[in-house]
Amino acid sequence: MSPLTGTGGLIRLILRRDRVILPIWVFWMSVMPVFTTASFRELYPDESKLAAFAQTMTDNPSLTALYGPVYSPTVGGLVAWRMSLLIVVLGIISALVVIRHTRTEEEAGRRELIGATVIGRHAGMAAALIVTILADLVVGAVVALTMAASDVPVAGSVAFGVQLAAFGILFAAAAAFGAQLTEGAGSARAILLGAIGVTFVLRMVGNLSGEDGPLHWLVQASPLGWVQELRAFADERWWVLAPVGGLAVVLIVVAVVLQGRRDIAAGLLPTRLGPANAAPGLRSPFALAWRLHRGLLLGWVIGFAVFGSLFGSLGETVNDMLEESPELAQIMAALGGANTLTDMLFGTLFGLMGLIASTYAIQAALRWRAEETNLRAEPVLATAVGRVSYALSHIVFSLLGSGLAVMVGGLGAGIVQGTIAGDAGHWVPRLLGAAAIQLPAVWMLSALTVALIGLAPNASSLSWGALGAIFVISFFGPILGLEQWVLDISPFTHLPKLPGGEVTAAPLLWLGGVLVALLLAGLAGFRRRDVI
Amino acid sequence: MAEAIHIEGLVKSFGRTRALDGLDLTVRTGEVHGFLGPNGAGKSTTIRILLGLLRSDGGSARLLGGDPWRDPTELHRRLAYVPGDVTLWPNLTGGEVIDLLGRLRGGLNQKRKKALLERFDLDPRKKGRTYSKGNRQKVALIAALASEVELLLLDEPTAGLDPLMEAVFNECITEELHDGRTVLLSSHILSEVETLCDRVTIIRKGRAVESGTLDELRHLTRTSISAELAAPPNGLSALDGVHALMVDGNRVHFEVDTSELDAALKQLTSAGVRSLTSRPPTLEELFLRHYQDELNGEEAAR
Repeated sequence: MSPLTGTGGLIRLILRRDRVILPIWVFWMSVMPVFTTASFRELYPDESKLAAFAQTMTDNPSLTALYGPVYSPTVGGLVAWRMSLLIVVLGIISALVVIRHTRTEEEAGRRELIGATVIGRHAGMAAALIVTILADLVVGAVVALTMAASDVPVAGSVAFGVQLAAFGILFAAAAAFGAQLTEGAGSARAILLGAIGVTFVLRMVGNLSGEDGPLHWLVQASPLGWVQELRAFADERWWVLAPVGGLAVVLIVVAVVLQGRRDIAAGLLPTRLGPANAAPGLRSPFALAWRLHRGLLLGWVIGFAVFGSLFGSLGETVNDMLEESPELAQIMAALGGANTLTDMLFGTLFGLMGLIASTYAIQAALRWRAEETNLRAEPVLATAVGRVSYALSHIVFSLLGSGLAVMVGGLGAGIVQGTIAGDAGHWVPRLLGAAAIQLPAVWMLSALTVALIGLAPNASSLSWGALGAIFVISFFGPILGLEQWVLDISPFTHLPKLPGGEVTAAPLLWLGGVLVALLLAGLAGFRRRDVI
Repeated sequence: MAEAIHIEGLVKSFGRTRALDGLDLTVRTGEVHGFLGPNGAGKSTTIRILLGLLRSDGGSARLLGGDPWRDPTELHRRLAYVPGDVTLWPNLTGGEVIDLLGRLRGGLNQKRKKALLERFDLDPRKKGRTYSKGNRQKVALIAALASEVELLLLDEPTAGLDPLMEAVFNECITEELHDGRTVLLSSHILSEVETLCDRVTIIRKGRAVESGTLDELRHLTRTSISAELAAPPNGLSALDGVHALMVDGNRVHFEVDTSELDAALKQLTSAGVRSLTSRPPTLEELFLRHYQDELNGEEAAR
């Protein structure tokens, strides 16, 4: 039996299991660029308007941070620039799909069931990679064809399609590697998302530092930077595909070697023996929840400390730009003080941080539901633990944990920016405030998840859908020309713009009211409903 | 209090399926009560309602004199539960889980815990994810048996245990009985119920079909008879209540409803009895009879 025996059957199994979700994401990933092309063509009908728009975008460091630099002030170039987040999204999806069909299967014990049939050792990984890579290639091909058909340069269209597919394939390969490391699929997902986050932040800091800046080499340290350096629509540099492809191949080879050496369901690290008796403190539902949540929370807090500090290091870059360009400084001063550009940058960065923290808020709340569906809530609720305190033991982590992570991020940014600017007393409280203001919106996603778990437990993962919609609204809403009421769906739309903006009580009270109502509804629902 | 559990006309539906359909169940204080039924009969649903995890749609359920839905936490201090499907937290050791569940219940007898760990031969230092099914079951059993509670609710507690450990389990339950505790033991392992239980309730499709002591149940059911006669029997097959009749010359073998035993014996003596063995039905046969009805019903429906 070869290590790949049975791959065909497993591919059909994956296609059967993902028959709904796979076409959906392939479709949306494929059509977003051509929609944006049409809308840009309508908004900026001639070259001078395009050039003016491109210049405004280039001058705004917070946009450079999110999307990278504009390489070509043409319709195609601007679409590729604005859609660069789609590359990251495709990387995330590809990684999650591969883990779903490798480590998740192993952890659930289904891999063992299948492994006892005529299935080669590497067939599972091969099937997951083949399906994901093919899907990425379809996305790339459709994007290239549709963009070329809508009258932008063919080479650029192909390059943008290749950028998408290449990053997707790279992170499919990275996921195959990551799936070898841990026993739990959750930790594997966290590793992959963390890796994508790191490539994004490296790319961001490198680009903000400017083409000749001291930190520009960070772009070269980030695989996302490599893909971006293909520079679609601006004298494409096809050779950057060599390191991307090389890294993907290396990752797959290492994954195959690791998988060839380890036992099924085992991770790389052997599990050690633990204590025979519980510590004296392990005597309440909160103590149990702490044991279940602490690893994840620690990871997020460290991650946010790092991200926050990196964000803080960006402020000075913007000040440099102001010093180099007196006209820009004058305009900014007219708009409301020399700090406006820095403020705008931090506003955008903390908005991004809020969205990212929302994933933790949902993840922590959903752990409560996972405990229930995995039948681990049942033995606890069969003791003298009441339902409300059980629910609160998890909700506390969703609320306070996300709060802690965001505040640590704000503190890191404040300390770094304050140290660079030589005015920590000014910047630390200012950026802590900018971080804190995100929390009502972050907590809205906690509260929504709690309400779903209490009232419609089978639909509780819809909160991911809500977060997805909020992501789309935040990043693509303005370019897609969505109506104001659509933008208003996102709780982040209602937040005061800090730092620099004015804090009004009304939206915060609104958000707070809805939040409390959702939390109470969820708790009331959980008290009354059947527990699995 | 004479009754630890009193259930009357309990109804529970999940969507269109009716899991419990007017179930009656009474467990007296201080007895080991066997709760028998095929998979999907509603045993676990009943126990979950008794734990206040599920809300009944009708009928009444009383547990230790209280309402399991209204005051679960107070009642839970006085009982321990072993689920049929034990899952442990992957990053907690077995010892930690035993301590935690005991403490959440309000206390654990450390001496008993130690003794039980030894008897069940369980290493408490292993992480939850590394235990086999049988060892996970042991963790839940030890957590329950080491607690100082009045009532044990055990849902198929020996699933996954090897015969040696099953014997240990049987010993433990017998000791529980001596300590004056009440046990509701759901099972489909008949020998276990037969050795341990004072009374038995058989449940099928959400209803109790038989309930009583094993002796009572046997009276209600069939006796199996083998006899060697002086002449070939006649008229046996015409009798009501005679089943599975096999005639081989002068030898007969049949089962007879206990209420019709007298008539059947008269038929035999009229032919002249040379030898006779009669055997009360085993629980196995009781149980199979109820299954058989179900199978026949299903075939008829086809």
